[in-house]
Amino acid sequence: MNKLQNNKAWLFVLPVFALVAFNAIIPLMTVVNYSMQETFGNNEFFWAGVIWFQDILQSERFHASLGRQAIFTASILAIEMPLGIAIALCMPRKGPWVSVCLVLMALPLLIPWNVVGAMWNIFALPDIGFLGHMLNAIGFDFNFTRQPGDAWFTLILMDVWHWTSLVVLLAYAGLSSIPDAYYQAAKIDGAGGWAIFRFIQLPKLKRVLTIAFLLRFMDSFMIYTEPFVLTGGGPGNSTTLLSIDLVKIALGQFDLGPAAAMSLVYFLIILALSWVFYTVMMRNEEQ
Amino acid sequence: MNVKKTAGWLVPTLYILFLMLPIYWLINMSFKTTNEILGSFTLYPQEFTLDNYITIFTDPTWYMGYVNSISYVTLNTAISVAVALPAAYAFSRYRFIGDKHLFFWLLTNRMAPPAVFALPFFQLYSAVGLFDTHIAVALAHTLFNIPLAVWILEGFMSGVPRELDETAYVDGHSFWSFFGKIFIPTIAAGIGVACFFCFMFSWVELLLAKTLTAVEAKPIAATMTKTASSSGYELGLLAAAGTLTIIPGAFVIYFVRNYIAKGFALGRV
Repeated sequence: MNKLQNNKAWLFVLPVFALVAFNAIIPLMTVVNYSMQETFGNNEFFWAGVIWFQDILQSERFHASLGRQAIFTASILAIEMPLGIAIALCMPRKGPWVSVCLVLMALPLLIPWNVVGAMWNIFALPDIGFLGHMLNAIGFDFNFTRQPGDAWFTLILMDVWHWTSLVVLLAYAGLSSIPDAYYQAAKIDGAGGWAIFRFIQLPKLKRVLTIAFLLRFMDSFMIYTEPFVLTGGGPGNSTTLLSIDLVKIALGQFDLGPAAAMSLVYFLIILALSWVFYTVMMRNEEQ
Repeated sequence: MNVKKTAGWLVPTLYILFLMLPIYWLINMSFKTTNEILGSFTLYPQEFTLDNYITIFTDPTWYMGYVNSISYVTLNTAISVAVALPAAYAFSRYRFIGDKHLFFWLLTNRMAPPAVFALPFFQLYSAVGLFDTHIAVALAHTLFNIPLAVWILEGFMSGVPRELDETAYVDGHSFWSFFGKIFIPTIAAGIGVACFFCFMFSWVELLLAKTLTAVEAKPIAATMTKTASSSGYELGLLAAAGTLTIIPGAFVIYFVRNYIAKGFALGRV
């Protein structure tokens, strides 16, 4: 659509701008402010320059939680995206069961995040939880509060449970917008299942999948509540992801300077990666 | 063809079973006595009890948690959608100085980790005297809900041809009469979807809601966390409270069930 040039449109945007600026710019400037100062309590602050940033970028603790975060995000994306597309492809296009399926699938998305954590905690407890009990009953030595591997398994399974539906719903919405004529044309050309997927469905899904990928990337990179309730970052530090580590430093130890510097680095990483993904995916779309 | 047909019902069924299992386990626990939960592994309640639910509905610290959560979520949804409507209209119809940058900047706020903002939010809302009020949480959640609402509504509005606007003006409508009487009914589905997403993300968020409240506006999720840690392991009570938090979400999904498939495509596929 060609749009009209009219700077008065700013008046319409003003309320949004004012609210978001209040919520975003003031807190962000507070963080920037803290990140360059040193405090010894009593509200006395001293200029510290960039030492907190140097510390963070060289800190092994930060590298470790960033590494865990990267592994977590990469694994859940690698599982949820293909699984979500596969389930959406299997679902019927019409019929009374479709809306029942969609409603049931959307349910995990609307459960408060700490309840998700608590639910999986109860579900996976080795003695009284269904998952833990069954795994132990068939011979695995499963205990997610003691063994890091089991904690990771539970964490990733929980996220797959929680968010795969988002990919399914987005992919399903994309699939149902493909006109029947496309499939008829493919049938006349004698295209097989794979060819239909590769040359008709996948290109049509590109836009919604970009949205799904970006949302899943951003949200999994800032995940806090679910792993905090499930494992508390443990056993040891084995499931301490970036947000958990950050809250530990900021609200637990009240190290404002280092926490603020870490916040900014963290935010910039998400921004930069989102921008890169977005640009790459949009460029592919144009070609 | 047969394989395909089998997969058509088998895969969604298995997936839904996998989704329902933990939920069933939670509901199952909520009807058990503490003794039964800790004493043995049972697939369904042997000594069926409603005690956990009775505790929640009679103790104000519990049921006020639900009232608080629903108050700020409703407030947040109303504010976010109300201010996002004119802004989305501006983005979908006009070009103006800095429009693209403004849109991207709005979206970057959706990428800000709540953990980064927890402490500064606490200081900001304490400074303006809003700490521990419903409006504070509602305003804080607009940080990620307004960008999302603008994004969704802009998609739906761009799907409406501009001829609609022009015809209305020719018919003698003023801008606001056109916007209220013609345009808003046209994109009602989009508004429904935007409300759904705002409700969803405000309802499930805990970190900011917990940081900004102490007693008066404490969300149910925070009440639960406290029970889990302070009074030992009252798993039955925790499970009952968790089960009750699923109900408002289920209601909301039920109301938007017909828009869900189209709405999730954010209006423009």
